[in-house]
Amino acid sequence: MESVWSFISPEPWSFGELFDALRQAPMYHIVVEIILVVFIIRLLLTKSYPIESDELTEAEKEELIRDWEPEPLVPDTPEDHPDLKSRVVTKNGSTSMVVNGKEGINMATLDFLGMISRKETEEAALKAAGKYGVGSCGPRAFFGTIDVHLYLEQKLASFCGVEQAILYSYGFSTVASAIPAYAKRGDIIYCDEGVSFPIQMGLLASRSKLKFFKHNDMDDLQRLLEDQMALEKKNPKKAKVTRKFLVVEGLYANYGTIAPIAKLIEFKYKYKVRVFMDESYSFGVLGKTGRGVTEYSGVKIQDVDLIVVSMEMALGTMGGFCLGTQYVIDHQALCGLGYCFSASLPPLLASAAHAAIDCLEADPDICERLRQKASFLHERLAEIEGITVSGVPISPVKHIRLVNSSGNRDADTRLLQSVVDKALDRGLVLTVAKYLNDEESFLPDPSIRVTVNVDLTEELLIKAVDIMKNTFSEVFQKSG
Amino acid sequence: MYKYWVMEMMEAHHQQSLAIQMKQRRLANGHKPVSIPQEALPNGLHRENVNRKHTAQRNGITKSASSSKNNVPKKEAHPSQEGKASASYEPTPLVWAVITFWCYFILVIVGWVRDILRKTGLENTKGGQEKEHMKEFPSLYQGFDNFYVRNIYIKLRDNFNIPVCGIPGAEFELAERRTDDYNWTYHMTGRTKRCINLGSYNYLGFAENSGWRHEEVRKVIKEYGSGVGSSRQEVGTLDLHQELESLVAEYTGKEDAITFGMGFATNALNIPALVGKGCLVISDKLNHASLILGIRLSGAVVRVFEHNDMKSLEKVLRKAVVEGQPRTHRPWKKILVIVEGVYSMEGTIVNLPEVVALKKKYKAYLYLDEAHSIGAMGKTGKGVVEYWGVDPKDVDIMMGTFTKSFGSSGGYIAADKKIINHLRLHSHSATYSTAMPAPLAQQIIVCFKTLLGRDGTDEGMYRTRRLAWNVKYFRSKLKQMGYIVYGHDDSPVVPIMIYLPSKVGAMGRLCRERGIGLVLVGFPATPITETRIRVCLSAGHTKEMLDKTLDAFDEYGDLLWMKYSSQEVPQTIIPPYPQREKKGDENEE
Ligand SMILES: Cc1ncc(COP(=O)(O)O)c(C=O)c1O
Ligand SMILES: Cc1ncc(COP(=O)(O)O)c(C=O)c1O
Repeated sequence: MESVWSFISPEPWSFGELFDALRQAPMYHIVVEIILVVFIIRLLLTKSYPIESDELTEAEKEELIRDWEPEPLVPDTPEDHPDLKSRVVTKNGSTSMVVNGKEGINMATLDFLGMISRKETEEAALKAAGKYGVGSCGPRAFFGTIDVHLYLEQKLASFCGVEQAILYSYGFSTVASAIPAYAKRGDIIYCDEGVSFPIQMGLLASRSKLKFFKHNDMDDLQRLLEDQMALEKKNPKKAKVTRKFLVVEGLYANYGTIAPIAKLIEFKYKYKVRVFMDESYSFGVLGKTGRGVTEYSGVKIQDVDLIVVSMEMALGTMGGFCLGTQYVIDHQALCGLGYCFSASLPPLLASAAHAAIDCLEADPDICERLRQKASFLHERLAEIEGITVSGVPISPVKHIRLVNSSGNRDADTRLLQSVVDKALDRGLVLTVAKYLNDEESFLPDPSIRVTVNVDLTEELLIKAVDIMKNTFSEVFQKSG
Repeated sequence: MYKYWVMEMMEAHHQQSLAIQMKQRRLANGHKPVSIPQEALPNGLHRENVNRKHTAQRNGITKSASSSKNNVPKKEAHPSQEGKASASYEPTPLVWAVITFWCYFILVIVGWVRDILRKTGLENTKGGQEKEHMKEFPSLYQGFDNFYVRNIYIKLRDNFNIPVCGIPGAEFELAERRTDDYNWTYHMTGRTKRCINLGSYNYLGFAENSGWRHEEVRKVIKEYGSGVGSSRQEVGTLDLHQELESLVAEYTGKEDAITFGMGFATNALNIPALVGKGCLVISDKLNHASLILGIRLSGAVVRVFEHNDMKSLEKVLRKAVVEGQPRTHRPWKKILVIVEGVYSMEGTIVNLPEVVALKKKYKAYLYLDEAHSIGAMGKTGKGVVEYWGVDPKDVDIMMGTFTKSFGSSGGYIAADKKIINHLRLHSHSATYSTAMPAPLAQQIIVCFKTLLGRDGTDEGMYRTRRLAWNVKYFRSKLKQMGYIVYGHDDSPVVPIMIYLPSKVGAMGRLCRERGIGLVLVGFPATPITETRIRVCLSAGHTKEMLDKTLDAFDEYGDLLWMKYSSQEVPQTIIPPYPQREKKGDENEE
């Protein structure tokens, strides 16, 4: 102990002794030591040099700021871009519409049941406008809940036979808000490659892990699910808190195909995945009474955890709704972004949607008539040479695609667009299905999207097919 | 597909920003004083010099700007700030902060105990339950959200989602609801109560169901129906949309405009068309959920600055330009600053001249969300741009919604032709969702015509003046009573701090009994400890309505101990009640 103290304490040292020691030391020793000291000092300095230089001076910062040139906010769009030439509608109707001053048979809008031009919806909207004005002037929580919203939600729930429904004010935001309300970071979503863009945005917002399976390919899905099951066996603790979701569309907007819901429900219970289904295109279309894919396939609607429907198609207004159990739906009232943070649906639109549901309920055969017309059209279209018609015959959305693609997407699109333009001159309103090519996860091939409206008579359908046939053959001839 | 990677990459960033946000909230109890000086001059008489001095001192912008080549002349940076109202931010009094936390502490403890009781079956679990056959699935929910709903929100639930049985005008019919199971379910009794409406975003009182504007809307319903059934890019462009868009462009002073069916979607689905990977978004801390969602979907990196704090904005901007992108230090492709005109939960008016000066200095782009300010701010209702006298050209993207001042629904983006053309082709919303239904478009068109005086009356101007008077009157009276009122004196959004959830319930119920409909805002729209009343004033409110409300506030403020303010409030000179200059609407009372 003693010795240690003496070693540490400065007591035995003095400057005199130090000097003596220096004097007695050999010269070379001192020289070496001096060199060492100089070297150390140099090292210290050089080491600190880059640290100092890392910090930019104010002048350098100003220079950087001066030199930085941002890209323009948006890239240039040519003024004469073909898609900028708006096709302006001055009259819309279920069977005919006026586009750019030319009247034509309507095979472009999505209101399959012709609800937009029904007297019933018009009267309901007028009545609601007289009572409530136009806007609701607030989100649902803050005096934006109008009694007609509640009536419509009750009606939708009872019509479909589910516990609860929740209304949104925009079709796109319905599914895009519903998915991230449940699926969060760390969860897994299995998703069909054919889903439409709003669903893709919902998936993106959820930040969950995404696993895509080939469109309607149940083997591919099962493979993914089996893989996950094997993983979970290894880590059952994590598996217990990892939620899994299966996101599909009832009737695929981009393909006109129907989801094999019975199989999906089987997977649901086998692999413990919750099923979310977007029925925007199948509600009011499939099933004996228009209740959608579940009715069509004979599956209990309660087996699907969440059904999302946009009212912008068959119901012919704006907005959307979700269906499910109270346990599932209630959550969206505080966690559905598009529900909480946006003004509610204008009451006159809610009333119009309500009237549309009433019409559907009073005349359920309307769905069957629509499907017959769709099948009729499908058969006729299949006879046109050079094109394929995708999807099931009963689907009221049909995508006409080229058999012989030129291999160049732009060229194909231009060709289809010229068909659309020529058809308008001949009295048929069509549209090329528009996509954001760079944003889609799995971009569908270019197509003309033909829709069938229940009000179109057989004669009109035949006339439309004739126009298409002539236009296609003319365009094909010209393009060689 | 790249988006999905970006998303993964953003995870880390988000966590960081969220953590910072939470820390700041904890530290500052949510509210740092905003940089606008606290002065309470009655009416712009001496304000000019005072304000200028403050501006120069408080931000250091003038100083640093003068040393920079991209200096903006001072006149341009502060075109007309004289007569601009001050913001008042009184921090939460410490004792009330403690009591609020104590209140939540008790609520949470009680909640825990009740959760245990529910688990053991001693207490009935109400509300929706997971079905028996779904119980082996991983639980659908976790975390605080549902605890909050089950144990705290439910106690106050009678104050939210109250059904309105009629037009949301200056007065409205609130449905009476009954509950037999402590707020878990309601049924309407069929009776209604007439209340003064202090909650709807009906700033200019255009929520109407009579008069010439209404007749125009009816005509359009008959002509076009209530849907469109196609997207703008396909066959959903009506002639009405074109008329509307040219009116929006004219009103906002931009070259062109594009409109959508929902304001939320206007933000969420168009920001991704403007910025993407390699771009930086600088966002106000209290920006609206739709903006945050849009940023998230865009894949751009986001940095957050303190609410309306120009020093903080400059710091973030400067750092971003100097340091470039993280790790690679490549310069950012572009920087977009996103702010709101009037913040809907705070009542703050954005410090636009300074934002514009900073944006010019650092060559960033500016996105201004005028949801709550278009129609409601400025002499002729043209928003915060007019209020501050800023040139609309200096704001790259002017966004706004039609849900508020216009009594309709939807949103717009007004900008240079080049930007709008780009959006027409690349907006998610214009490509994939159906266009705005005709009656909504017509409602907005007739409102614009009124505001622009095209109806041959001065109705539009009269309404904006009435709103401005109501705001001055109501805000100054409340402050004199001793309430803590957030936001600027000219802001039609009036947040009145209450802090305690129990008082919120009491105040809401008492006022409804007295015929006053109040909006109470709590979590998730505000931080959990900053529950407040939010009054949105309207041009439709008469002085009698405001006086009745103020009487109630005075009485209940004493009863419930809500006059928290300890600040001296000088007497404000209220200008004379606005008078019409010309003939007004024929349906005016
Ligand atoms: C700043 C801001 N932006 C956008 C919105 C959304 O507008 P809308 O209600 O029309 O969807 C709101 C609405 O509350 C808002 O406050
Ligand atoms: C105002 C604001 N903008 C943007 C963000 C970034 O959000 P996110 O990373 O979720 O897109 C946040 C918060 O986290 C925020 O508060």
